[in-house]
Amino acid sequence: MKKLALTLTALTAVAMTATAAQAEIKVGFVTSLSGPGASIGVLYDKGIKAAYAYKDKVGGEDIKLIKLDDGSDPASATQDARKLIQQDHVDILIGTATAPSTNAMMAVADEMHVPFIAVSPVNIKPPKDGHLWGVAVPQTPSLMVKVIADRMKREGIKTAGYIGFSDAWGDLVYNGAKLAEEAGGPKITTNERYSRTDTSVTGQALKVLATKPDGVLIGGSATQAALPILELHKLGYKGPFYGTPAMLNADFVRVGGKDVEGVQVSAGPVIVTSQLPDDHFSKKIGTTFHEIFQKVNGGDADDGFSGYSFDGWLIFLQAAEQALQHAKPGTPEFHQALMDGIYGVKDLAGVHSIYNFSPKSAYGVDERSLVIVKLVDGKWVYQP
Amino acid sequence: MNSQIAAFLTIDGVATGAIYVLIALGFVLIFAVTRVIFVPFGDIVAFTALTLAALETKHMPGTVGLVAALAVVATLMEIFTLLRAKDPGRIPRALLFYLILPLAPAAVVWLTAGASIPLPLRIVLALALIMPISPLLDRVVFRPIADGSVLLLLTVAVALHFALVGLGLLFFGPEGVRTESLTDYQLILGSIPISGQSILIVAAAIVFSGLLFLFFEFTITGKSLHATAVNRTGARLMGIRPERAGTVAYLLGSLLAGVSGVLISPVNTIFYDSGFIIGLKAFVGAIFGGLVSFPMTALGSLLVGVLESFAAFQSSSFKEVIVFSVLIPVLLWRSYTFVDSEEDIDE
Repeated sequence: MKKLALTLTALTAVAMTATAAQAEIKVGFVTSLSGPGASIGVLYDKGIKAAYAYKDKVGGEDIKLIKLDDGSDPASATQDARKLIQQDHVDILIGTATAPSTNAMMAVADEMHVPFIAVSPVNIKPPKDGHLWGVAVPQTPSLMVKVIADRMKREGIKTAGYIGFSDAWGDLVYNGAKLAEEAGGPKITTNERYSRTDTSVTGQALKVLATKPDGVLIGGSATQAALPILELHKLGYKGPFYGTPAMLNADFVRVGGKDVEGVQVSAGPVIVTSQLPDDHFSKKIGTTFHEIFQKVNGGDADDGFSGYSFDGWLIFLQAAEQALQHAKPGTPEFHQALMDGIYGVKDLAGVHSIYNFSPKSAYGVDERSLVIVKLVDGKWVYQP
Repeated sequence: MNSQIAAFLTIDGVATGAIYVLIALGFVLIFAVTRVIFVPFGDIVAFTALTLAALETKHMPGTVGLVAALAVVATLMEIFTLLRAKDPGRIPRALLFYLILPLAPAAVVWLTAGASIPLPLRIVLALALIMPISPLLDRVVFRPIADGSVLLLLTVAVALHFALVGLGLLFFGPEGVRTESLTDYQLILGSIPISGQSILIVAAAIVFSGLLFLFFEFTITGKSLHATAVNRTGARLMGIRPERAGTVAYLLGSLLAGVSGVLISPVNTIFYDSGFIIGLKAFVGAIFGGLVSFPMTALGSLLVGVLESFAAFQSSSFKEVIVFSVLIPVLLWRSYTFVDSEEDIDE
């Protein structure tokens, strides 16, 4: 019996070295398939499916994709990240659907020195000595607000009421709007907050109304971003509404109905790929993305989130190609090379943006990554 | 703030408060009879809204699966209990009450799935689908531990709430719904428009509070419920079955929750997890009445609604903080002015 056990152990050991020797690149992907973040978590998942179908090999090496659900919980996201690194020995992490969980994964990546590509907007600053072990794909919230604030200014909006979520997202949009105000954008007259599960925003809407703003900036996301618009219309407000990409959501349109017509938001170009001029950077790759997405997931990619997963994958592919020339997958040297490769990404055209990364910042996007779209007859229409 | 804004806020607050009244009455009713603080009550409200929305969009509501699963589990448990008690003669009756009756509305919805049903019928169907859930949960979860301490029952109720939220996500999906308005009527009072929906909500709260009063005062079932609430053992000695009283309380409570779900769904977007915070605020209202007094509960709930509305205007980011802070003075006041109930003294 003992002999048998020994033989088995030996065999397993041999088998394990054999797998280790295979130079396969392992990617750990975390998203929220359950919990409150699931509605966008599912979209990230669809995006990564499309990305994997787009390319599952790099530099002649196979890519293995390991997916985990974090249940919209930062603690589980931390556990998932550790499990992927320690048990599955992944070379790179991509994730996840909610900002707190993404920050949690960033912390793990920094600690374990494994590159991380964040697909949610995160608020991270590189340390004074050295660099972060990760970058974020999405446009920064302040950029999202800046682009829409510029548009408000162009349309002659002098004062704007603000009403947003009473969470980190509401803060990010409000701070962005305040920054834009300092830079000569519209003056923000209110800072009203509500939460996703609120039953009424009458009080907040009245306060916005009392300041008689030229326009209203909404800092909510998804379905419930429609709530203040519906309420303000009910109270007789006639001015225009502006928002962020967080409102690009089929359910926002469904719930808002007629009332949300004419709302303008800043958006990644992937939302309106087919309406973009041919010389736009994201036209070609965006068209490819939409075709693959349709084939893999059987529906149209009418959201911005799946595009972030896809762009994250593009960044990884380019970095991996570089890194493979320097080290073998599965080694700490490869992690370093991969991170260097990510920071070496220059002028990479994705479906959302042209990416230029550097160790100085976690973000690699600029104003080209956002266009203005307007809701007309339930469809988002590109506004040049 | 001028008087016009104050009027707006009061109307909004009363409408929200009326919703809390309905739910809080259900809380008190269930607690008084079964000693269970039924935390998942708010989830029942949300599920009604989601069911109604699914019927409206001609989808199969997730509730059908939920009710079917619960009914099967409850029936199996009941049959097992009866067999162990060597009383197989009561099995047909158990089948009728635990399997056939709960499944009947589910079957109707299942058969008519995809057909367009007029609004009043949709509401009736949604209510009929929702009502069996709480009594079935009672049979499956609470009856085996019916004699446990209030704390044990509360802990189990909290756990049940989390389970239901998970099931809600599974059955209804993560997105929120909003149903079509029940009425487009608008009343202009002075210069303040009052929506027909708000009037409907307040009217429903008044009607159901009144019906509840009549039920307790003038029907035998109501009186037996009252008796169970006052003294469980005494009621049992008088030939009242506490289990039956519990089931009736759950059914009535579900009806109240269902009605508030129907009323709230056109006013606001409801998610699978929206119920908890609504239930929690109604619970604050119920605390005003010490989980005993119905009139105080109704007043307290209205107060919570109005307070919430004004707090949202004054300082929207601290709205919840203000509402829940009210609990502290209320609890202090109650602990000074009321003698301890004999709830937990062993019989």
